[in-house]
Amino acid sequence: MLAESLVVAGLIFVIGTLGVIVRRNVIIMFLCIELQLNAVNLTFVAFSRFVGIEGQIFVFFVIAVAAAEAAVGLAIIISIFRHYETVDVNNFNLLKW
Amino acid sequence: MTEVLFFIFAAVALGGAVGVVMSPSPVASLLFMVTTLASTAGIFVLLEAHFLAAVQIMVYAGAIMVLFLFVIMLLNLGHEYQRDTRGIVAMIIGFAVTGGMGGLLAWQLGSGTSGLETNLGPGDAIDAALREHGAVGAIARPLFTEYVVPFELTGILLLVAIVGALVLAKKAS
Repeated sequence: MLAESLVVAGLIFVIGTLGVIVRRNVIIMFLCIELQLNAVNLTFVAFSRFVGIEGQIFVFFVIAVAAAEAAVGLAIIISIFRHYETVDVNNFNLLKW
Repeated sequence: MTEVLFFIFAAVALGGAVGVVMSPSPVASLLFMVTTLASTAGIFVLLEAHFLAAVQIMVYAGAIMVLFLFVIMLLNLGHEYQRDTRGIVAMIIGFAVTGGMGGLLAWQLGSGTSGLETNLGPGDAIDAALREHGAVGAIARPLFTEYVVPFELTGILLLVAIVGALVLAKKAS
């Protein structure tokens, strides 16, 4: 089941990348990043059956970091929304040159 | 039976992932994401990661996705249905980049997986620990001995994230 899991994880990761590039809604882009993290988690779990329990421990840490990232990222999105009244990344041009 | 379940879960996970990217409504996108996370938890169970499957459902699908839903409803985006995909140039670049990435992954998998399962051994590296300590104990034991410093640092990281989120999201007085 290892090869099949890797194929599924790769496909989910690629779909997530496509979402980050193609969508402009910043919340959907953020969701797609979570999708990519999830794909990597699947890879870790698939390999942990062959290599050892460390893979699953790493996934535990990835989930914790993803929770922290989601909290901070969504706070930033709320803060930007207060200023621009939109979630379209084309309007977030303060740091663009 | 395991194979059939795996392919069902994999199909639902991939369909959900496509739905996240394709759906025009943020709420529908989020619900597709929950579907993907739940199916991935199912695959985790099939891969003998029972504790992580429970954590995935409770923390990811239960807590993080609800946080996203809170923000979508707070910003009142639930009824906004116009397309927000980028223009044709970004679309072409996106498909080129992801196509290249997918091709690279497929090439690596095609050249690497033929001997992978035989090289890596029989796939019972965690079976002994699971039998001896159970699904939670097998993870908890190394987590609280070998990896206790990263574990505590994760706690500090979460505290910093909570304080940071509060500071960022509160109204400027």
